Amino acid sequence: MTKYLARRLLGAIPLVIGIATIVFFAVNLAPGDPTLRFLAPGMNQEVIEQMRANFGLDQPMHIRYVKWLGAMLTGDFGYSFSHSRPVLAVLRDFVPNTLVLSAVALVVAFVLGVLLGTIQAVRQYSKVDSGLSVVLLFFYSMPSFWLALMLILTLSLFARNVWELPIWFPASGMVSTDYEFLSFGAQLRDRFMHLVLPTLSLALVLTAGIARYMRGSMLEVIRQDYIRTAHAKGLSERVVVFKHALRNALIPIITLVGLYIPVLFSGTVFIEYVFAWPGMGRTIYEAILTRDYPLVMAGSFFFAAMVVVANLIADVLYAIVDPRIRYE
Amino acid sequence: MSSDVGSLVVEHHQGTSRGGRLLSAILPGLPQLLAGRWGVGSAALLTWVGLLWIVVARPSRVASALGGAWDEQLAVGTLVVGLSTAWLWSWRDVAAAHEVKRVGVSVWELAVRAFSKNRTAVAGLLVIVGLYVIALLTPLVAPYDPAFQGDLLRERYVSASAAHPLGTDQFARDVLSRLLYGARISLLIGFVAVSISVTIGTLLGAIAGFLGGIVDGVIMRFVDMVISFPRLVLLITIIALFEPSIFLITAVLGLTLWPGTARIVRGEVLSLREREFVQAATALGFSKTRIILRHLIPNALGPVIVAATLGIGNTIVLEAGLSFLGLGVQPPTPSWGTMVADGRNVLLNAWWLSTFPGLAIVFTVLSFNLVGDGLRDALDPRLRS
Amino acid sequence: MSAESAPALLSVRDLRTWFFTDQGVAKAVDGVSFDVRAGETLGIVGESGCGKTVTSLSVLGLLPQPPARVMEGSSVRLRGEELIGSGERRMRALRGNEISMIFQEPMSSLNPVYKIGGQIAESLRLHRGMDRKAARAEAVRLLAEVGLSEPERRVDEYPHQLSGGMRQRVMIAMALSCEPSLLIADEPTTALDVTVQAQILELLAELRGKFGMAVLLITHDLGVVAEVCDRVVVMYAGQIVETGTVYDIFGEPAHPYTRGLLDSLPSVEDPGKRLDSIPGTVPNPIDWPTGCRFRARCPLATEGCELPQDLVELGEEGRTARCWRAPSLVATGAAT
Repeated sequence: MTKYLARRLLGAIPLVIGIATIVFFAVNLAPGDPTLRFLAPGMNQEVIEQMRANFGLDQPMHIRYVKWLGAMLTGDFGYSFSHSRPVLAVLRDFVPNTLVLSAVALVVAFVLGVLLGTIQAVRQYSKVDSGLSVVLLFFYSMPSFWLALMLILTLSLFARNVWELPIWFPASGMVSTDYEFLSFGAQLRDRFMHLVLPTLSLALVLTAGIARYMRGSMLEVIRQDYIRTAHAKGLSERVVVFKHALRNALIPIITLVGLYIPVLFSGTVFIEYVFAWPGMGRTIYEAILTRDYPLVMAGSFFFAAMVVVANLIADVLYAIVDPRIRYE
Repeated sequence: MSSDVGSLVVEHHQGTSRGGRLLSAILPGLPQLLAGRWGVGSAALLTWVGLLWIVVARPSRVASALGGAWDEQLAVGTLVVGLSTAWLWSWRDVAAAHEVKRVGVSVWELAVRAFSKNRTAVAGLLVIVGLYVIALLTPLVAPYDPAFQGDLLRERYVSASAAHPLGTDQFARDVLSRLLYGARISLLIGFVAVSISVTIGTLLGAIAGFLGGIVDGVIMRFVDMVISFPRLVLLITIIALFEPSIFLITAVLGLTLWPGTARIVRGEVLSLREREFVQAATALGFSKTRIILRHLIPNALGPVIVAATLGIGNTIVLEAGLSFLGLGVQPPTPSWGTMVADGRNVLLNAWWLSTFPGLAIVFTVLSFNLVGDGLRDALDPRLRS
Repeated sequence: MSAESAPALLSVRDLRTWFFTDQGVAKAVDGVSFDVRAGETLGIVGESGCGKTVTSLSVLGLLPQPPARVMEGSSVRLRGEELIGSGERRMRALRGNEISMIFQEPMSSLNPVYKIGGQIAESLRLHRGMDRKAARAEAVRLLAEVGLSEPERRVDEYPHQLSGGMRQRVMIAMALSCEPSLLIADEPTTALDVTVQAQILELLAELRGKFGMAVLLITHDLGVVAEVCDRVVVMYAGQIVETGTVYDIFGEPAHPYTRGLLDSLPSVEDPGKRLDSIPGTVPNPIDWPTGCRFRARCPLATEGCELPQDLVELGEEGRTARCWRAPSLVATGAAT
């Protein structure tokens, strides 16, 4: 087991470095000079050159690459132009928020998707199955940013202003403006309420994908001989499905979830943008627009690293669920 | 109605009388519909009636389009081709009703037949074809020019009305017309981007799978890197650093999609490589290029087609997303994504601005997904056996 | 051990299991009746597609009822208790407990993600109410009973760590854990090597003697039948075409189909002889032919065979054949 994990870990490192390299060259080969932001009319050439030297932009590409790589490995991600702070500080502020949102969305998508897919498979051809298939197909075909707007429209704006419902969800931010003045219980509730719409927007599209796949996987597992054996032992339907079938059906789902992690992070860009959620998705988007290269590179590196970590976790889960893998 | 004759399946069509020919001349598709063939019948009939309606309702528009811009001429061309195709097909179909047709049992023909039995998939296919046809005909069909601004005092933010079935936006532009023109962008970009990615991906995947060794290692490392990275971040990075244009967007979308196809093709080729027909081809002295192109790729195409179809839907969503963020198609060209973004600020008061473009995206992508699912079901069991 | 006068343990009467498909109704089992007495081994023999597996699954109610349906008028009685229509809860109480079943593919019949000890213990905990510790100890004992070496170690292993023969032994241990009175074995040795086959059959015979249980053995392999069974039922096209003791069937087969089956066996006495086979194929269950279903392939078919055939009694008790010509053929010795 540990050998398996060690091998996976070793394979991941070149992957991360490779991605970071691609990002570095993509960013640095682009037209546009970051120092232009700081130009005032009439600045003389010497000052400009000095600034460029400060940012190391006067050196050839490959040297800059090596220096950057070295700096990154020591944790020095440079200085963010647009935030006027060290990049590391920026990351520290925004990364946890994205992680919270992504993790919650992933858990919701996984649980809901597995549940719905199982229900569909066990009740194949019934009205529940067909109905769910239609609904899931809808959500699967939906852009997450549009779903976000529609949820805001119905559960936030209409609920509050038009239908005047007692419960409505906030449409932006992670916490309310008066957060500091709330009691602890109210603070928790506030966080939760702010989390609902962004999580749903991010999760529902993934749920549809997982549920569709789970249905197929479960259907295949139910046809297997060992399910027939379980029935022949006199076990109830519930035990057969949730003990014997589920675990086997989950095996390919774990791989699928691993493939969905990059999609999840892409989605955070949209969701954080729409909901003004203070996270890495929105931050990196703004950084790209303002040509804040150090932040862009650090942010990309973060995403790449997260994907690799998530895949490693998926590999661990894979080995836990399927004992056959452990003995390779 | 079919019967087995050895290994060939013989199909008999329902017969239609001479009155059928007359009916077909006036209303192509109706005889088939009456004979119970709802799919082809309704398709032909709808095409005929719809296209004819355009000519009848807006003769001046059609006339002026004949000498207009290239896309207007294309629209007229589509009109003519559509009308003649529907009429000719129906005519020949009715005339051939008494013949006994023999249909083959090749893998593709079996798949086509299995696909046709899947009603939702066929419906999806009809919608997609319809969308592309409407996209081509848009200059003739759209009620307004998409950039045309109405009376800025009185016609801004109008919700559904007779003049504007889907309302107007902040510049008093007709939403329906912009929706139609936006469709052209999405459908075009989706198709071209996926074509690029399928071409590159299939070639590289086949090469990697067949040659193995270092070539395989290098290509697959690269594939892994691109797949592991959030595609959107890569897209935004590249597009924002250069100037957004339809050309760039399409190219970048295509260039970030090919790794998925490459992986699929490589998998197929790896399993095909060990099959006897490949060993036979090698023994006969066929060059590697020939084997890859003529023998491996055609057999690996099944999953590729499925992935490509689903990929078009995916690409349309991404293009809309990029436009939503302002990094896609630039105004004044209408794109569904931009329209959704425009409506964001007035969500409560003019909800239709964001809702309808989004619904358009959902239905379009849904159709592609239905077709993709249908293709997967039609191709897989056949290929497995 | 004479079991002829003992009352029937399992009594199947006019079992009809039909499958309702898009292409039509497949009458997989079309009026099958037989008894299994306590302690005896009854073999059901036939080609694939004759309905023998469906019969066994119908006894335990293991067929998914949407496409399949056990038709009204069918009766399956265990010690006089009617099982058809008795409800899922009653059936679950019986499965793995009073009636156990083992299947053909040991490689895929065990759940790959759970330890084999746990899978055996599951039955014990369900039907005998044992706690985890006791069940585990019993599982170890059962593994030793079925001839697995190092049962203490094996009990914590996973199916993929065992060979086919070992897995089948585990299946047998699982099936016998609650001491059933009837074991249904559906092609238990077909997927195994010949040497392992012999071992498994030996094991089954040994355990059968020890537990005194009845065995319903489904197979297409006449060699297995000859070795293990007391009585035999031959099935063809959803019906029983011959019944009798194993000596009757092998010594004096009455039905042309049975004779065809025996003739197609390679002969030890005449090793170079060309193998006979029964010409033609099994008809389509959606469309059973009228009259004798074997008529198209029968070398003795003649006028009179186009009428539906009933089981004809041939003298001794329990000796029947579904062929109106059978009595005359047996009498004149035209059987050989």
